[in-house]
Amino acid sequence: MSNPQKILNFLDLAGNWDPSLIFVLGGAILVGLVGFYLVSKRSNAFFGGALHIPTRRDISKPLIIGSLIFGAGWGIAGFCPGPAIVALGAGHLKALVFILAMLAGMAICNRFFTGHKK
Amino acid sequence: MQIDWLAFTPGPAFLGGIFLGLAAALYVILHGRILGISGIVSGLLSPKEGDINWRLSLVLGLLSAPVLASFFFDLHAITVIDTDWIAIIVAGLLVGFGANYGSGCTSGHGVCGLSRLSPRSLVATLSFMSAGFFIVFVIRHVLGL
Repeated sequence: MSNPQKILNFLDLAGNWDPSLIFVLGGAILVGLVGFYLVSKRSNAFFGGALHIPTRRDISKPLIIGSLIFGAGWGIAGFCPGPAIVALGAGHLKALVFILAMLAGMAICNRFFTGHKK
Repeated sequence: MQIDWLAFTPGPAFLGGIFLGLAAALYVILHGRILGISGIVSGLLSPKEGDINWRLSLVLGLLSAPVLASFFFDLHAITVIDTDWIAIIVAGLLVGFGANYGSGCTSGHGVCGLSRLSPRSLVATLSFMSAGFFIVFVIRHVLGL
């Protein structure tokens, strides 16, 4: 996942398609389903403290527009936030530049587009 | 569409996915929170008291994992970043803005959201996947870059 070429080759349906990411997502959801099922039976976290599970169910415009914008950026560089941080840890300078730009994008959203979640 | 059988690595991908799922499951069971990287990082931009350490420790964990792994693997041979600098910056801006505006990214909506059968996350995941397919099609097959 932290190799952007692998992600871009997954997103390239019309080219030499690499379906590997489906197996990443599939494996993660398989284990995740069990984890979130177990959590649904609990009223607090194992280390104490409240559970912070989202409760919203509405399909809002910001949800779709934001995700489309996110996907466009993902498709340009093949990076999403987690793998970019991992690639930074591996010493890739381009990952650092990507993350700084990502933080700027987040700050712009927080500064000028607050209130959209209420 | 033709499958690139040489690049296709279902085994390691599945194993990696299991670990990702394990991380997300343990995080919510132990810590009570969704393992959504964009939300956790974004919260560091306007830090609230008592809300910084768990966010920072997660980022440090992500940063240190490849350092540990580099004792066993040649990570530079695994990670290839061909994208040019301008595109990297544009992509970062879009990813940061979009993740905040859409309340999540591949980890929060994709892994955690789908695992807890959230309809919002399903819509978000389908949206960012579609946009990714579209942009790569335009870049590689329309513009020929």
